Amino acid sequence: MGVFDLSLRHKIPLWGSLLIVASALAISTALLFRAYDDLKQDLFISSESLGQTLAKTLFPALLHDDLWRAFEIVHAPFHSELKNNPLEAESIFVVNDAMQILVASDPGELPTLSDMASIGPEYRRLATELRLAPLTMTRAYDFPEARHYYIATPIAEAGRQIGILVISHDQAAFWQRFLDMTVRSMLIGLLVVAVILPINWYWGRRMAEPLVDLARGMDAMMQGKPVPLPTAENYSYRDELGQLFAAYRKAAAALNEKTLLEQEMVRTERLAAVGRLASGIAHEVNNPLGGMLMALDTLKQRGQLDTATTKTAALLERGLQQIAETVGALLVEARVPARRLTKQDCVDVHTLIEPQIRKKRIKLDWHCDMPEVSSLSAGLVRQILINLLLNAVQATNADGHIMMEAIHTEKALRLTVTNTGEPLPEAVRKHLFEPFVAGREGGHGLGLWVTYQIVTQLNGQIIAGGQDGETRFVVTLPLQGSTL
Amino acid sequence: MLSKTISVRFDVRRRQILGWLSALAMFHGGYASTAWGGVKPLRVGLTPAFVHDEYGMLEEWRRYLEAKLKRQVEFVMRDSYRETMDLLRLDKLDFAWICDYPFVYLKDEVRLLAVPLNQGRPFYRSYLIVRANDRARRDMRDLKGAVFAYADPYSNTGYLSPRYQVRQLGEDPARFFRKTFFTWSHRKAIEAVATGLAQGAAVDSYVWDTLSRLRPDITAKTRIITKSVEYGFPPFVAHHAVAEEDYRAMQAALLGMRDELIGKRLLDFLNIDGFVVGDKHMYDDVAKMMHAFGEY
Repeated sequence: MGVFDLSLRHKIPLWGSLLIVASALAISTALLFRAYDDLKQDLFISSESLGQTLAKTLFPALLHDDLWRAFEIVHAPFHSELKNNPLEAESIFVVNDAMQILVASDPGELPTLSDMASIGPEYRRLATELRLAPLTMTRAYDFPEARHYYIATPIAEAGRQIGILVISHDQAAFWQRFLDMTVRSMLIGLLVVAVILPINWYWGRRMAEPLVDLARGMDAMMQGKPVPLPTAENYSYRDELGQLFAAYRKAAAALNEKTLLEQEMVRTERLAAVGRLASGIAHEVNNPLGGMLMALDTLKQRGQLDTATTKTAALLERGLQQIAETVGALLVEARVPARRLTKQDCVDVHTLIEPQIRKKRIKLDWHCDMPEVSSLSAGLVRQILINLLLNAVQATNADGHIMMEAIHTEKALRLTVTNTGEPLPEAVRKHLFEPFVAGREGGHGLGLWVTYQIVTQLNGQIIAGGQDGETRFVVTLPLQGSTL
Repeated sequence: MLSKTISVRFDVRRRQILGWLSALAMFHGGYASTAWGGVKPLRVGLTPAFVHDEYGMLEEWRRYLEAKLKRQVEFVMRDSYRETMDLLRLDKLDFAWICDYPFVYLKDEVRLLAVPLNQGRPFYRSYLIVRANDRARRDMRDLKGAVFAYADPYSNTGYLSPRYQVRQLGEDPARFFRKTFFTWSHRKAIEAVATGLAQGAAVDSYVWDTLSRLRPDITAKTRIITKSVEYGFPPFVAHHAVAEEDYRAMQAALLGMRDELIGKRLLDFLNIDGFVVGDKHMYDDVAKMMHAFGEY
């Protein structure tokens, strides 16, 4: 994996840092070059102005051969304590036409009336230069490999030149000052970088975090399991990132919906298939079962049976009766034309369920809003309601609470049965409407299946839900000529 | 750098101006209040014959004299003897502390008032000094061809005496040195040698001794190679026109300084031990040297 394949989380801060360091270096280098030029320029300019001022005051002193006054003048700039100022001259001296020192700020080094050539190679060189090209104005001398800069100013007035003023600057002091400046500016640069780098790091991470999250989300989506993105939830801006998040949310929602739909379809189909199978088998079993019971009945009526046969017949009859009951429960016949549902049916169901309710000391809320006659089949609705209520009674603890609400509108009948108690576990809820799934102890597991079959045959809908210690079943049945 | 020097100079000038202003204010106040109302102030000329750096102390001395004389006193400071001499000649000074050479020079215009005591005696010498690290030169003869600093053309110890010594060697003082210049004060002559601008100088022993007390860092850079014979100490003189009672009063004030606490403190500041009446024959040697140069 190369550097370019790194996560944006690292790449953005990394590139940012590189850019910052590079800029800091480039700027400080440029500034240093500039500072060097400026410093040198300042040195020459300040020296030139000092030289011209001194030359002007020196003229009368030299004209009157007042050596002490001349000394006081060239020595004056050295009273300052700022010894390390690079703009401070190292020495100031006056030379005459014969290239002899007339007076110097440090006479110990440059004695009066000594030959410049005898003092040192740099001075000899300067003397040669001054002799070769007579000065008409201030000039700076920067000899290669010399230890000093020299700034020479003619001491002249009204065309009469009586000497040359030379200001010499120590290059070492100049370089020292430049070095100090370099170190200082580097420290400042480091400080700035030290402040900016963490900011850049933080900002880079902040930039990268949503992208990284988005990439993770897209990955999950590719696998068909979209996940909610924490950064996306907190991202309230409408920039490109915000748009991406919105698109992601939309896609994820669509995908989730599709998945749910598919699952629902699969479940519905499965339940339908199971229903068809079950009722098919029930029909097949029911027909011979009727015959068998009839035969047993005939056998009993004929009489003269010995004790063992009678016992066996009774055993067979009880077994067949149990099969008949189970098969009867499985046989959901909705197409049989039946009595219409009336208001009285609601009262009947209430009466039927009453003993169970009382036994468990359950509080029952009953709200039945029903017309005198409905277009729905009374038997089926009663079966649905009884099944749901029995289910609820079973699920409710003693002293619990059950609520029944039936609302009849122009288009549909909605039955809502709510009971207190533990909510349905997820595992149970998945297979709730399948046959022989005993959600609770004591049930044969057909009640809800039958209910589901009836509701499905009536083109209705049954939804199991609930929250906060409540379980709720809502059944919606369309009236004739209506759809849900 | 330069500006600082300028500002220092300005500062000095400002202090002078302030001094004048306060003197002026006092002058006017004098008319109004009491003390010396209406009477012409006594003008005292001061020269670089002594080391004067602390203007505050000088001001105290001036007030001391005013209190003693019950009269306004003005100090008139000049940087060269020549200027003070001119002021005396023009009758612009009543008293002056001048060098012995100008005293002899002006013998017809002034009379001796008092002579300071230097180390207990009214005498001083001329020190011939070179740089401290100059071990080769031992006397005047070794300074031939050197750059030499004179103090003042009217200074005995700083001009007349060294030239006389050169002359004693049988040399022409005008040609003996390679180059000479005036610094206009003994202190600056010492500084000229200390910095190396001059290889030698002749200075007032009193100034050198005082400076060695005040600024040993400067005198330490110089070395005394020979000391001249004794000369009468630079005297306080009175202009001939000064009234006898003013003369007596001023003399008494000066002579009485060493008997008083404040006076003693001021004397200590001036680095002298007191004043005595003196005798003009103390300055005969100066006259002799002047005579040798045809000036007397």
